[in-house]
Amino acid sequence: MAIEVIEEKCSGCGACVSACPYNCIQLIEGKAKIDENCCQLCGACVSSCGEGAIRISEAPRKAFDKSKYRGVMVVAEQRRGKIHRITYELLWIGRKLADKLGETLTCVLIGSGIRKEAESLIRRGADRVLVYDDERLEKLREDPYADLIVDAVRAEMPSILLMGGTSFGRALAPVIAARLKTGLTADCTGLDVDEEGNLIQTRPAYGGNIMATIVCRDRRPQMATVRYKVMKEAEEDPDRKGVVVEMRVPEKLRDRTVVLREVVEEGQSIEDAEVIVAGGGGIRAPEDFKLLEELANLLGGTVAASRVIVDKGWMPKSRQVGLSGKTVRPKLYIACGISGSVQHLAGMKNSDVIVAINKDPSARIFDYAKIGVVGDLYEIVPEMIRILREMKAG
Amino acid sequence: MGLRIIVCVKQVPATQEVKIDPERGTLIREGIEVETNPFDLNALEEGVRIKERVGGKVIAISMGPPQAESTLREALAMGADEAILLSDRALAGADTLATSYTLSCAIRKIGKFDLIICGEKTTDGDTAQVGPELAENLGIPFVPYVRKIEEIGEDYLIVHREIEEGYQVVRVPLPCLLTVTKDINDPRLPSLKDKIRARKAQIRVWTAEDLAEICERSRFGLEGSPTRVIKVETPPEPTGGEVLRGDPKELAKKLVEKLIELGFVR
Ligand SMILES: Cc1cc2nc3c(=O)[nH]c(=O)nc-3n(C[C@H](O)[C@H](O)[C@H](O)COP(=O)(O)OP(=O)(O)OC[C@H]3O[C@@H](n4cnc5c(N)ncnc54)[C@H](O)[C@@H]3O)c2cc1C
Ligand SMILES: Nc1ncnc2c1ncn2[C@@H]1O[C@H](COP(=O)(O)O)[C@@H](O)[C@H]1O
Repeated sequence: MAIEVIEEKCSGCGACVSACPYNCIQLIEGKAKIDENCCQLCGACVSSCGEGAIRISEAPRKAFDKSKYRGVMVVAEQRRGKIHRITYELLWIGRKLADKLGETLTCVLIGSGIRKEAESLIRRGADRVLVYDDERLEKLREDPYADLIVDAVRAEMPSILLMGGTSFGRALAPVIAARLKTGLTADCTGLDVDEEGNLIQTRPAYGGNIMATIVCRDRRPQMATVRYKVMKEAEEDPDRKGVVVEMRVPEKLRDRTVVLREVVEEGQSIEDAEVIVAGGGGIRAPEDFKLLEELANLLGGTVAASRVIVDKGWMPKSRQVGLSGKTVRPKLYIACGISGSVQHLAGMKNSDVIVAINKDPSARIFDYAKIGVVGDLYEIVPEMIRILREMKAG
Repeated sequence: MGLRIIVCVKQVPATQEVKIDPERGTLIREGIEVETNPFDLNALEEGVRIKERVGGKVIAISMGPPQAESTLREALAMGADEAILLSDRALAGADTLATSYTLSCAIRKIGKFDLIICGEKTTDGDTAQVGPELAENLGIPFVPYVRKIEEIGEDYLIVHREIEEGYQVVRVPLPCLLTVTKDINDPRLPSLKDKIRARKAQIRVWTAEDLAEICERSRFGLEGSPTRVIKVETPPEPTGGEVLRGDPKELAKKLVEKLIELGFVR
């Protein structure tokens, strides 16, 4: 395995120098030089080079028989017997991929008393639903869930396996990938298939500054978790038909961790809100969030915050929007005093309508806003509240 | 009692100041420093705190290029007793599957352990996959997103695991692996004395050869990685919509009118 610069082709443009995330490339006498001890073989330079002058040579791989693997499988998620909405997003993207491949879409449903939901998954696009229903599966735990999903994979041999990019899905999927010794791409925001049936996976990297495209050519299933609230939701079609398969849950379930108790901490999660009023660095004091709360109430929504606010302890982590917080996709997102860093944008840029209130006209958030308002939030928000209150009153 | 604790740490490019070259659309890397993955500092701190509570030993391990040694020196300064660097050309280019496999080989080579602690995720890869994959490779249970350790028993732990709606209190047998969130603690700042001690400490370096005694070479590095990055690009920037300026009172009125038009006010 080696990386090399084909000197005749190198034009010395320096694109690779700035593309290298590890700072391992220098231009020496007009040619790119890669420090082999520093290089991580990530391939960023290869794709940055317009001249095709950088090459990673690999030893030929052991053949893996892909021919037995067909179809798309998605894993449904449930919370306390109710289907989690990520499932509908997985069915939407899963359906698209299955149609493009001309193959079936299978959905794995695991839980306690969950059998009744199987038909609704067919109405949302699944051709087959494999149900593992057992009272021991009520609480989410990695051990039994991983075993049952691996069981489903062995039974169906799907070529693609998609799971939710929720905190549970992101902890569970790697267990399955490690067991099946296959590739797993985290938190994808875009998925497609090429002519050869390879899953083309896109995801943000380096804090959302770049998008990486990743493939898993010679292992199956190709696994990905899908970022919540990025895909659309599959709609219900009351006439859709499909097959429900009851799967056997083994008498002995592997279960090494014990959930002693579960503590619910708050009401509405920001991920489910239709309207979000978010505050950022422009908010001067913690009590000023009362203002945003009032506006949110009048619009039937809830409040959220950027990371600077959460870092100050003015809002709980569960209300942070962005790369290291939640991804939201409300109908209306009002950003008050938020500059629009890539990390924040990563969590909200798919909202239907974005409104930005910011006194700096060059703030990046305005590039993403359908309606931008240049001004002081402390003047504008109270006035909006006054007008809306008046309207409600009469 | 005393626990043998292994903490996995990674050196990452400091992403705070990542900027895009608008003409080339590539990352501007000049002057970008490397740092220890911030979540791994929480993992280290927790390991050291457990050792301080019940006794034992903390071993920090990292896979990376030779310069990752500075991250291990930081770990030693924070209270780790030993540090091991897995560094070799043959290990480079690893995806999470190959990384977790390689780490599991090193841990097998270390021998007996009671607890492994990882950060929740890294700021560069941001996959949160290496911890769970490592646990699976070693055949031990794990608990992700741990934000509090409530009890350290003879052969078990009771921990608080963050879930979307709150948290679960989980009992897990030892040996096990935990991934910890930023909320679990505030990492200490090592004193000058600690830093000097760490600078003199010895760091063991293991190569692919050392690990091949117990593992398959073909599962290391790029060769052992099923995934490939085939393209890296800067997402295109949108150019924005309508911008309203003027007197704040007027602006508020206009904005409310727009919201009514769009059907957000009932
Ligand atoms: C690995 C990593 C992960 C991150 N994850 C996240 C994340 O998940 N979420 C997140 O939000 N950030 C995240 N960040 C931080 C991010 O880089 C920014 O620091 C942060 O988003 C900035 O928040 P802000 O725009 O609210 O504050 P600031 O950058 O302080 O901006 C404040 C804005 O308010 C405006 N303003 C000030 N006063 C007023 C006023 N009276 N009226 C109107 N406008 C006013 C200013 O013009 C300015 O534009 C992350 C960073 C890193 C490195
Ligand atoms: N190269 C590495 N060396 C040591 N530990 C690592 C490495 N990569 C990842 N880890 C550990 O795995 C965690 C999750 O990383 P990631 O899956 O990249 O988000 C990190 O916080 C580290 O504890």
